[in-house]
Amino acid sequence: MKKKKALYILGDIIGLIVTVFVFIIPFYFMLANSFKTEKDANLLNMEWPSIIHLENYIEVFSKANYQLVTAFKNSLILTFFTVLGLIITGAMAGYVIQRRRDKTMGAIQWLIMLGLMIPASILPTINLLQNLHIYKTMFGMVMIEIALQTPFTIMLFRGYMASIPKELEEAARIDGCSNWQIFWYIINPLLKPIRATVIILTAVNTFNDFTNPLYFLPGAENTTVQLTLYNYKGQFKSSYNLLFADIILITVPMLIIFLIFNKKIVDGMVSGSVKG
Amino acid sequence: MKTKTREKTMYSIWFVIPSLVIFAIFFLWPIISSLYYSLTVWNFDTATFCGLDNFKMFFSENSLSSSVLHTLIYAFSTSALKVVLAFFIAIFLCSKIKTKDFIRSSVFFPNLVSAMAVGLTFSYLMHPTRGFFNVILNSLGLASIDFLGDPRFALASVILTDVWKGLSISVVIYIAGIQSIDKTYYEAAQIDGASGWQQLVNVTLPLVAPAQNSIIILSLIGGLRSFDLIWAMTGGGPGFATDVMASVIYKEYAYGFYGLSTAGNVIMLILISIIAFRLQHFLNKREEAIQ
Repeated sequence: MKKKKALYILGDIIGLIVTVFVFIIPFYFMLANSFKTEKDANLLNMEWPSIIHLENYIEVFSKANYQLVTAFKNSLILTFFTVLGLIITGAMAGYVIQRRRDKTMGAIQWLIMLGLMIPASILPTINLLQNLHIYKTMFGMVMIEIALQTPFTIMLFRGYMASIPKELEEAARIDGCSNWQIFWYIINPLLKPIRATVIILTAVNTFNDFTNPLYFLPGAENTTVQLTLYNYKGQFKSSYNLLFADIILITVPMLIIFLIFNKKIVDGMVSGSVKG
Repeated sequence: MKTKTREKTMYSIWFVIPSLVIFAIFFLWPIISSLYYSLTVWNFDTATFCGLDNFKMFFSENSLSSSVLHTLIYAFSTSALKVVLAFFIAIFLCSKIKTKDFIRSSVFFPNLVSAMAVGLTFSYLMHPTRGFFNVILNSLGLASIDFLGDPRFALASVILTDVWKGLSISVVIYIAGIQSIDKTYYEAAQIDGASGWQQLVNVTLPLVAPAQNSIIILSLIGGLRSFDLIWAMTGGGPGFATDVMASVIYKEYAYGFYGLSTAGNVIMLILISIIAFRLQHFLNKREEAIQ
């Protein structure tokens, strides 16, 4: 028994060392360099700065005509409306797809689940947005994000619906509720746990998205936070201190979400990927 | 029959329509039209039919066709590494160690940082002269490696970064799988005198197969589509050493070859469909065989 205890302590120590080395050091690197002067950050070393230059964080905001402010605004608008759209349409679809088992629904489900596998066709999508006159608009971008994340969202809602008994709906129907009332007053409140998961996962996904805004929302006034990072590969190359300050700034919202919902994220992923 | 009609009135199709319409217009329709545009010389205004020229071009240009190979290497190696490494991490985190919450959070956090941020940070950690990884190598008395500038190492460097970033999802799914295993199996194995390793191989491994299948499919399909991490780290270079299908699609778009880019998109679509379909089939069979 004593030997086993010693083994666990050894496991703790080794686990901690490996974790710190592999997973913490890159974050330390970002943080330390975000506080340095441009010259010091250019050395790309691991030293903690002797003077903490918090003004980097102000400079990164004012850079390129307050581009990062615009980017934050755009990213937050995009994330908010994408998530809102998904939790409404996804919950409705997941509810009916799980409850009704006939051929039409089977076909619809199959079609939507294709989206989990096959990649989007990018240029035809741009062409479509142009023809609809919504290319380079926030509305078009929100629609794309919703379309791309619909399969995963429906999968999560559908999986969770299976655990809600049908009797509740039947009772409500006898009391004279309409279909819409049943969904809105009976089902939707019960979906709260899975809705939290969907909100977190889709918010992180949309906020961190680089590829889709790159294609579908070009233009300086449309920039999103991930695209501001890209400037540091070209335009502002070698301003490493500002790059890392930018990274820290756009990671902090995700860190806060993570600290609040840590357990929920994990539970949600589990229900989505295993039970799904 | 009666329940069917009742189901129809109770669960109106209108609930599915909003999702379906958005999905059909903004996802399915572009895919269907891509089949036509991939056969044309296209500039968004006019599309001139040119048969299979784009596809011939794609496979005759080495810089383009090599991207198919890179995509496969990238997807299969990230997936394999995640499946194996995550299994052992999950086993470790399911044991009675005290620091598991801290370790689990640390492993999970990279997943919340954008691929762009991770890619840029690692490209500086891998800097050919000043990067931290080379500082370590030098302190061990080894020569510096140009991780991203040397065609021999570039793809592997990006693959390892991808594993670092994406490992956590696999770990989480494994943990769920392991926790759902009935404890009586282990008790029975212990009574039969099975060692810890034997329990791992003969109890945990087969019973965690459904979770493992999810991980294989998720990570493989994710790998086949990946773009942003590669783009942040190497931009497809040096030369074409790390160009994958998704980066070729972007490059041809940037050069103005829209038909060719769309053909690349169609090839990627076919490739992923074949692999995903075959894989699903194979994994289902495997699951049946275990049960």
